[in-house]
Amino acid sequence: MARAAPALLPGIAVLAGLALLVGGALGALLAAAPAGASASLWGDTYLGRVIVFTLWQASLSALISVGMAVAVARALARRAEFPGRDLLLRLFGLPLVIPVIVAVLGMVAVYGQNGMVNRLLAGTGLPTGQFLYGLSGILIAHVFFNMPLAARLLLYAWQSIPGETWRLASQLGMSSGQIFRLIEWPLLRQVIPGVAGLVFMLCFTSFTVVLTLGGGPGGTIIEVAIYQALRLDFDLTRAVTLALIQIALCAAFVGCGLLFARAVSTAPTEGRLLGRPDVASRGGRIADALVIVVAAIIVLLPLVAVIGAGLRGPLVDVLADATLWRAAARSLTIALSAGVLALVLGWAILLTSRELRMRRRRPRAAEAVELSGSLVLVVSPIVLGAGLFVALMPLTDVFSVGLELVIVVNAMMGLPYVIRLLGPPLMRVAEQHDRLCDSLGIAGWNRLGLIEWPALRRPAGLALAVCSALAMGDLGAIALFGTRETATLPLLLYQRMGSYRLDEAAVTALVLVTMCLALFVVIERGMGGRGAR
Amino acid sequence: MIKPIAIVAGMFIAGMAFPAAAANHQPTLTVYTYSSFVSEWGPGPAIKQAFEADCACELDFVGLEDGVSVLSRLRLEGANTKADVVLGLDTSIMAEARATGLLAPHGVDLDHLALPDAWDDDVFVPFDYGFFAVVYDKTRLADPPTSLDELVNGDPAEKIVIQDPRTSTPGLGLLLWMQKVYGDDAPDAWAKLNARVLTVTKGWSEAYGMFLDGEAPMVLSYTTSPAYHAIVEQEDRFVAAAFTEGHYMQIEVAALVGSAAEPELARRFLRFVVSPGFQSTIPTGNWMYPVIELPEGLPPEFAALPRPAAALLIAPEAVAANRKAWIDAWLEAMSR
Repeated sequence: MARAAPALLPGIAVLAGLALLVGGALGALLAAAPAGASASLWGDTYLGRVIVFTLWQASLSALISVGMAVAVARALARRAEFPGRDLLLRLFGLPLVIPVIVAVLGMVAVYGQNGMVNRLLAGTGLPTGQFLYGLSGILIAHVFFNMPLAARLLLYAWQSIPGETWRLASQLGMSSGQIFRLIEWPLLRQVIPGVAGLVFMLCFTSFTVVLTLGGGPGGTIIEVAIYQALRLDFDLTRAVTLALIQIALCAAFVGCGLLFARAVSTAPTEGRLLGRPDVASRGGRIADALVIVVAAIIVLLPLVAVIGAGLRGPLVDVLADATLWRAAARSLTIALSAGVLALVLGWAILLTSRELRMRRRRPRAAEAVELSGSLVLVVSPIVLGAGLFVALMPLTDVFSVGLELVIVVNAMMGLPYVIRLLGPPLMRVAEQHDRLCDSLGIAGWNRLGLIEWPALRRPAGLALAVCSALAMGDLGAIALFGTRETATLPLLLYQRMGSYRLDEAAVTALVLVTMCLALFVVIERGMGGRGAR
Repeated sequence: MIKPIAIVAGMFIAGMAFPAAAANHQPTLTVYTYSSFVSEWGPGPAIKQAFEADCACELDFVGLEDGVSVLSRLRLEGANTKADVVLGLDTSIMAEARATGLLAPHGVDLDHLALPDAWDDDVFVPFDYGFFAVVYDKTRLADPPTSLDELVNGDPAEKIVIQDPRTSTPGLGLLLWMQKVYGDDAPDAWAKLNARVLTVTKGWSEAYGMFLDGEAPMVLSYTTSPAYHAIVEQEDRFVAAAFTEGHYMQIEVAALVGSAAEPELARRFLRFVVSPGFQSTIPTGNWMYPVIELPEGLPPEFAALPRPAAALLIAPEAVAANRKAWIDAWLEAMSR
């Protein structure tokens, strides 16, 4: 155990930092709570209903999103030459990073009373329907947000299947069904719990979507109750307690899900690319094409609505506005700083979980480390913001470090994505090269440069792109701390909306979407090398 | 390895190319307000320019999410607050703001105000007011409701988008409006109105966006909303329905913070708030009514707006005492 402590250190340090930040924020808020009774949580039927609904909608959303993502990822894996596949995969990164309010209006334009779908139905004489407001609307929106990313994450599982496996499969003459059962499913079983857990957490706190598309207050999630407690009631104790309940429930649910994960060890491979044997059949080809087209429609229609609204808006006026470009520059600074920070911190967490999993054979401990890193996603942003504010107030002028705070908070929110995107390939590298590295004594920076980087640059590029784009589209953190004059793009968008200027807001959204897409292309190409996808 | 680093570095430099404003050594007056007030399209920039013209000071606006956030921030900071003035609270949260004990008497002469009801408060200085209203698209709604009762009992096929009182100021406004008109029968009225509600949004922007996209023919907004479309877009499709029961009023207020570092400057600013220099930015900046008679009068488009038969208001203390119970009753009625 010569390499004992140092190998575990990076992740432990990051997690300790996270715990300090979150714990400090919640603790400071509790300490600031004015004396006096906080509304009791016991026997609160409203709260009981809210918790049940939160779990219900998040579970359903995760189930449907990941179920569809499996089908989509499989079809995409089988059809590497599908026309437009690369572009589609890039566009798959967008739904999650568009500001929620823009995406919601996009959903309305497609699925609403007067949306594309209903107009199409009316045009063909079919009965139109109202299905956007209620649980169905919440689910439609959550599939739009999460299915594409889940599909991208799952696609990696397929890409990790070594060529030798396919050679064996074709030698044995396996059918499509046998391939799924014997090759794909064991692998999926390893990654699905993590991906589903991520989607579950995202839907758990999806405040604006649930309120706006829920149709009425029947669809209330815990985050709304927190908002209510912290703002009008100013019941800090209740707000913090609810925030803790939210974290604990997510930890329990996602943790249980992870218990189903079974580690599959892969043997060293020659790294040869060989096609799978079951792609030639006509039926399979049609089925795959159908799945891909349906997925493309689900993702593209709302994006088309958002882009279309932007193109119809006062393009020239908005693009000529210097404020827009100042905000864009500021957003870019935040996006790249937060993205790089998230990548570094997430990598550190993964090094520790890899050490636990691979060398110490402690897979449960490794899962726990990764889950702790992901749970920041369900720390109520409004509680975190208020808590950080109170905690930092005695130490510094919070406004003067506002930009740094926003970067740190956005980086934290990116961690779960880094862990999901980079985790599996990082483990695989270790499986395939650990023995070689040990026998040749390759370690430290040498190992990073020679062994890890070539294998990881593509997923690392995607992780950086996703985290940067997320930070670019995030309004939450910047709104929490308050701003002086310089706005970010999402803030500018909200301000325009708040001032009746919805057409200008639509153009701002177009600029934001374009910049996010550019971030994806530039970072993935730049870091992943040519041919990255 | 070189290329990606170069790209990232290049982007960083692009991001840093806009340095922060240079510091100056004049006294600074810090005003907490809501973000849309200080945005490029709000009244903030013009007010800053006008006040700084002869105060030998810097006016520093801090934009928070909304009026309720201004109060939350003040409560979180307590006496350590950086704010000299808070601007953007309103009549529905005034009692809570007063109860914090963090605000001080303003000492401003308010005799010349022209509010619908006389204003006599030694802590809060009103800076604008407006009326909540159902705004409709006249090309899509031939027979708009003429009273709250008609809205409640009207055709469920004609939908309205409203906002959630737990998260939105207009949402809370409608709750109080219903409460004022229906009293103890408000929950039953809500249960009926629920049939016409397409959805309940988190904030005003989502609701108004859905309305403008044609998703519903009616939305809860302000009587002054059509003035924006008339003045900026020369569009007269959108109309605020005048209701016979009267309209619930929102009065937005500013106040002096007791621990202000610049109390004299803050008082000077509050006097400026009720002067023409500030007030003339309100009609087409905040799309609300000014609290004084403007020397230049209101824009002509404002004359076309309905003037409510009665300006309804529930005393802030009563709102504070009952808000929780009313919201609970609303939740129950809307879930029936």
